Amino acid sequence: MKDHVELRSGAYADSVTLLQVSRAVQAAPGVVAAQVAMATGLNLEVLTGMGFDVPDSSPNDMVVALRLDDDADVATALAAVDAALVPTRPSSGDTTLAPPRTTASALERSGAGAIALVSVPGASATVEAMDAVEAGHDVMIFSDNVPVAEEVALKTYAASRGALVMGPDCGTAVIDGVGLGFANTVRPGRIGLVAASGTGCQQLLALLHHAGATQEGVGVRHALGVGGRDLSSSVGGLATREALRRLDADADVDLVVVVSKPPAPEVAEALSTYADGLATPVELGLLGRGQRDLTAVAEAVLARLGHEAPEWPVHGADNTREATGPLLRGLFVGGTLCDESMLMATEAFGPVRSNIPLSDELALGDDLLVDDHTFVDFGDDALTQGRAHPMIDPTLRNEQLARAAADPATGVILLDLVLGHGAEPDPATLLAPAIAAARQDRSIPVIVSLVGTDLDPQGLDAQRDTLVAAGAEVHLSNAAATRRAIQLIEGARA
Amino acid sequence: MSEPTVVTVGADMFAESVEGQAVTVERVDWRPPMPGTEADLAAVATDPRRVEANQKAVQAMLGVTAHLVDVAPASEVLGLEKGQFLHAGPPLEWARASGPMRGALMGGAALEGLVDDPEDAVALFESGSSVSLEPCHHRSAVGPMAGVVTPSMWMWVLEDRATGKRTYCSLNEGLGKVLRYGAYGPDVLTRLRWMGDVLGPLLQAAVRGTEEATDVTGILTQMLQMGDEAHNRNRAGTLMLLRDLSPAMVDAGFDTKDVADVLRFVGGNDHFFLNLAMPACKLALDAGRDVPGSTMVVAMARNGTDFGIQVSGTGDQWFTGPAQVAEGLFLGDYGPDDANPDIGDSAITETAGIGGFAMATAPAIVRLVGGSVPDALATTRRMHEITLAENPRWSVPVLEFQGTPTGIDVTKVCRTGILPQINTGMAGAVAGVGQVGAGLVTPPAEIFPKALAALASRV
Repeated sequence: MKDHVELRSGAYADSVTLLQVSRAVQAAPGVVAAQVAMATGLNLEVLTGMGFDVPDSSPNDMVVALRLDDDADVATALAAVDAALVPTRPSSGDTTLAPPRTTASALERSGAGAIALVSVPGASATVEAMDAVEAGHDVMIFSDNVPVAEEVALKTYAASRGALVMGPDCGTAVIDGVGLGFANTVRPGRIGLVAASGTGCQQLLALLHHAGATQEGVGVRHALGVGGRDLSSSVGGLATREALRRLDADADVDLVVVVSKPPAPEVAEALSTYADGLATPVELGLLGRGQRDLTAVAEAVLARLGHEAPEWPVHGADNTREATGPLLRGLFVGGTLCDESMLMATEAFGPVRSNIPLSDELALGDDLLVDDHTFVDFGDDALTQGRAHPMIDPTLRNEQLARAAADPATGVILLDLVLGHGAEPDPATLLAPAIAAARQDRSIPVIVSLVGTDLDPQGLDAQRDTLVAAGAEVHLSNAAATRRAIQLIEGARA
Repeated sequence: MSEPTVVTVGADMFAESVEGQAVTVERVDWRPPMPGTEADLAAVATDPRRVEANQKAVQAMLGVTAHLVDVAPASEVLGLEKGQFLHAGPPLEWARASGPMRGALMGGAALEGLVDDPEDAVALFESGSSVSLEPCHHRSAVGPMAGVVTPSMWMWVLEDRATGKRTYCSLNEGLGKVLRYGAYGPDVLTRLRWMGDVLGPLLQAAVRGTEEATDVTGILTQMLQMGDEAHNRNRAGTLMLLRDLSPAMVDAGFDTKDVADVLRFVGGNDHFFLNLAMPACKLALDAGRDVPGSTMVVAMARNGTDFGIQVSGTGDQWFTGPAQVAEGLFLGDYGPDDANPDIGDSAITETAGIGGFAMATAPAIVRLVGGSVPDALATTRRMHEITLAENPRWSVPVLEFQGTPTGIDVTKVCRTGILPQINTGMAGAVAGVGQVGAGLVTPPAEIFPKALAALASRV
């Protein structure tokens, strides 16, 4: 080995650069050790410690100390030093702002009035939503599988902050014409919706939009979701009250409609009292035994605004022959549509079985198929854990459709299909082959409630035509579709 | 309600759908939290005390101004007795102590006359009789690197005049072979004795003779605008301190050679101010302690073996994990194998929002780890993702005078997986070696879920 030590007077680089230079030179071929440093006392100590013999110097001198293999070329090593000393600059300094990592951070950047839309897995949804409430922003929580205690904590805190928590498990909201989650595009108007039910809200949006095509001034200004559990006894309507307060204060809202899956009776009663105290009239469309269906609610709204209800459209009625068996099979992606049909069927047939049963003893097992009328909600938490919502991934329902068709007791199949933002770009094309296959052997009647508007990205007419071509009878009103299915079953029994 | 901007977190299809309606969307780059923390995060997020508790802790911290009020031996101001040793980081026994910690303790024992030869101190510490170890933090003190404090060492005394609370730190020895890096040779001990005989008394006279007590927090404000981040670069701060204290030093009536030696020593040690920055940070953070429900980190400290944090809402409990080895540049022909795991209380600077958190303001040292100026800006911005507030007094010119990211939030660390970025020196792993390099390090990730679990259990 051989040492080469040289002083460079007048050369200067900062200590960090020199550490980098030393490291680079150490990696050069033939270099055993290298230290390039300003000749300060500390550095001279280091150099001496490494065994280098450094000539007399001042702290303003740069020392280049190299220890080389015997056969290495000094000039080559010095060239490596010079190359490393040439200042390098990153060619393209990336000074753009990294994306925010939390909802809090994103809201800080987006400023006042921003709405947060949370769709992370349920176990993490509360934490993100709290960021919004804490900063005084409204939040929609699409995520499901959120513990009810967390929902109560969120909504209780939101009440103190004047923030609205839409959800958890809130599928739909329309705010000033902007659809969040699964939402239909509707023409604006002076009706305000409060919905503890995503597809219930979408059904009303679709029906009112259809009516508005011929009735001047019928349209929806805002549709505020509150989450499917808001009117349960544990949550007690916390978000529904806040939503009603907002819409009541909005001078551009003439009438408010509340839609919900079956609420807890005492919560429904308290809500009714609260609504009576508001200046804006409130139409309560709370599903339940003996209560109106959603289409009847829409008709009542139209009546209050001084309009006649239109004929709700039906297409493909020619496809339907008589029921092929005694049992009705309802297979739904919309929980409220499932509830509505089930309530109507119960009135006609007595208790029916479901994975979201009207009472516990009517629960379905894992196979979702029994020798009774069955109503399956594929959007239920238990069926969406670890997989996408059936409005996005139709696989599970299509499989069950085939199984129901194969059951000789199946007399009518009742389906829903929901259009709008967030849903599949062409859901009818995914559903049509399954319908055609189900009808292939026995021409089982397939009744579909197609919930959407002509302004939706998928196009209502095209979707309807695809389904009709596959053999379905297509309704805009889920209640009308259900009534038709019940009539067919009753006809087969008679 | 007006036309909304929408912040989306989760499925991108919803963001696309909103964008498709010509509405501005801000997407969160969400990733799952640290494994197993979901339930604890939800419990702490919905703790009704949390929001106000964190506001209270942050405001208390930001409200503190640290004044330099005295310099005096640890025996006087901390009541430290012969055989009592303070050290950096969470609690530690000799048996688990690393090389540099042992080296510093051995040097300290020799300095106090417990042994003549530092090597003899090994038996003393192994026996454990007549010696005891205690964290600096347990005595309102902080110490850089090994942080060893013995009774005869002179300490800076900082005070929050609003409350009368005080914090303490030893005097900085300079770089290279020094006690805090675990060196204990004759030169080290000679320097320490001079610091006790000359430096300490002169600084005491200067501090006591300076009419208006030095506002250490104010110097921090200024130095952050002069290229210092107050952990690995303290050059401007040191010179401002010298400016404040020099007149009184000259007036103190000491031998002029001693005065010149002190001025030379302080002026030649760019890190001299670090030992004031640290207790100033501790004074502020101590004001944020013990707020039930607060998730703010009030101390990050390393003893060369363990990295520990304390959190406002969990009192004096330490949450510890193995200290990591820093990544950076090495002196001479030292390499990563020569470096000891992370050591020192100096991470109190990052805990308070400077040091690595203020990297953007110190472009001169960003190449310490082969980084670039954009990296430095990104580092400071990234730290905003895990902090509760911005410090209005400590601002970063290049970031449009945005305040430094302040008040590390345990929940945000667990949510984002972003670990606090610490600038640090590296000590040699073997006792007696001293400094081998400098670089960047982070805490072991697991201590944050541990702290989170403790917070959740108190909801």
